Amino acid sequence: MRSLRLLPAPWTYGFIVALVMWITTTLYGGLGSAGATAGAALAFGAFSVVVGTGQMLVIASGPGNIDLSVPAVLTLAAYASMATMHGQASMILPGLGIALAIGALAGALNYAAILALRLPPIIATLAWSFVFQSVAFTYGGDATLKPPAALSAFASLRLGGLPVMPVVVMALTVLAAIMLRRTLFGRRLLATGQSERAADLAGVPVRRVRLGAYMACGTAAGLTGFLLSGFSGGAALNMGDAYLMESIAVVVLGGTSVAGGQANALGIWGAALFFNLMATMLNTFHFQAGVRFLLTGTLIILIVAVVPRPRTA
Amino acid sequence: MTDATLPARPRAGRPAWLRDAVAVGLPTLALAAMLAVILHIRPSAMSYFGFTLLFKLATPLVFAALSQMLVVMLGDIDLSNGSFVGLVTCVTALFLQPSPVVAMVIFALMIAAYAGFGLLIYLRQLPSIIVTLGMSFIWLGTAVILLPAPGGTAPAWLSGFMGWRPPILPLPIWIAIAAAVLGHMAITRSSFGAVLRGAGANPRAIERAGWSLVGIRAAVYAAAGVLALLSGLTLTGLTTSGDANVAPAYTLLGVGAVILGGGAFTGGVVSPVGTVVGALTLSLAGSLLSFLQVPPTWQIGAQGVILFGVLAGRILVTEKS
Repeated sequence: MRSLRLLPAPWTYGFIVALVMWITTTLYGGLGSAGATAGAALAFGAFSVVVGTGQMLVIASGPGNIDLSVPAVLTLAAYASMATMHGQASMILPGLGIALAIGALAGALNYAAILALRLPPIIATLAWSFVFQSVAFTYGGDATLKPPAALSAFASLRLGGLPVMPVVVMALTVLAAIMLRRTLFGRRLLATGQSERAADLAGVPVRRVRLGAYMACGTAAGLTGFLLSGFSGGAALNMGDAYLMESIAVVVLGGTSVAGGQANALGIWGAALFFNLMATMLNTFHFQAGVRFLLTGTLIILIVAVVPRPRTA
Repeated sequence: MTDATLPARPRAGRPAWLRDAVAVGLPTLALAAMLAVILHIRPSAMSYFGFTLLFKLATPLVFAALSQMLVVMLGDIDLSNGSFVGLVTCVTALFLQPSPVVAMVIFALMIAAYAGFGLLIYLRQLPSIIVTLGMSFIWLGTAVILLPAPGGTAPAWLSGFMGWRPPILPLPIWIAIAAAVLGHMAITRSSFGAVLRGAGANPRAIERAGWSLVGIRAAVYAAAGVLALLSGLTLTGLTTSGDANVAPAYTLLGVGAVILGGGAFTGGVVSPVGTVVGALTLSLAGSLLSFLQVPPTWQIGAQGVILFGVLAGRILVTEKS
């Protein structure tokens, strides 16, 4: 990490591309639009970052580890917290608690299935996501529930022109980065991801560490569901769909290795801003949805193919 | 490619033939059990026509699952499978009838692109999960550009073929049997199949034995593209129109079928017969749940439970010491 390199580190590419897109959009839309564009990208990017940070912990915990239940957990938590709060500001904290608890429970169930049935994580989390979806469909039903006004106000609150929620999420990112480098859990997580056997022999409680990663991922999805329903005025059955692919893409483009054992929390922001600015840019240029998908896919592959390989063990 | 692996391979405590038998046997048992329940509830389904209806939608899923199986065989995973099938339905519904040559050229380009991405993954040692994720956006985007809203028409011969009633068994069953037998011959029994599986299980050994991994991987990805093309063609024959978003579920259902059928993400461990049975099981699960009058909101969840159930059975049988 400390050695000088000719090329910028892989995880910075998301930031660079995002910056280019922001400048392009601003050149096209005029200087006045720069703030609004950046604000929207930060707000929507914040949701991707929260989901992505959870996904990063799971992916870093070892090859093959991935959580496909993120969208279902997000939706389920959003419905449950909306039902708990019932539009009352006094119930915001219990609502948040429910969302986080559901996320943590979902994560624990995911890992329990992986461990007990020896399933590949892709299959276990996929099967659980079907179940979670059904629970959300059955008990969520009440899509008309509005979030408490105070929550909506917080989700789009600005202090001195600075959106507050993205700043809070940035603080979370910094915490996650410190946790990965400095805490016992972080070091154990990366050790487990690099070599399960070596970590086990070194006395790392491998299973407990992975359980922690899956629970953290579920909790992050629950938190996103809570915030997103506050931001967008309620829960919706398809609100999580976009986050399945996006949560994986932002993690990998952010410089985390899918082989596990190596994670980059800051890079997720670059990739998330890239995704959201790209949508804004193509909307500004009035491109249709198809072109947007096409360019997103091409850029994902290009970034992964062109950037120097993240070093893996 | 280390981006998708099982936590632990079952230890070789039991003879290999038993493990293979279990791999195919369990989903077959699950399939038989589901059929038994359906026939118990609705004995009239025990007919040529009843089976035709029950397995009607299985054919495209069988091909999609086999396509996924080839990629899993190499130790990769393909997240773009479903949107590729969607693109095929769009191209088919738009071009195959009025200008077959254009359609053929597009199909050929798509398969070449598939092979190209497969090569890119290998040559740059990229994680297949993220490259195929990008590919899925490319297929979806192209499909939406070609056909922004569902529409077009399937050529009459294609829908005619899918509606064909061959003797003795319904068409979906014949196709499944043919696919399983051909797959078994090509992948499990032939010596070339052993090389292909080896390319996923132990690429270095295959390379040392004088094979070109580049060639093998490009060919296998191209074959996966061809199978996904068949999936899209048969699906268009059934739905008679094109839709970019018709089959996103095929990606993960296909992965589910491969694993149900005894495959593993370690590479080299796949069973074509198991995959076909797995795909039939998953597509029959939907019919079973409506026969059992499971409320629609619970049907997805119940499919998850079925997936758990069958896979749990595999663990119980293979790992008992």
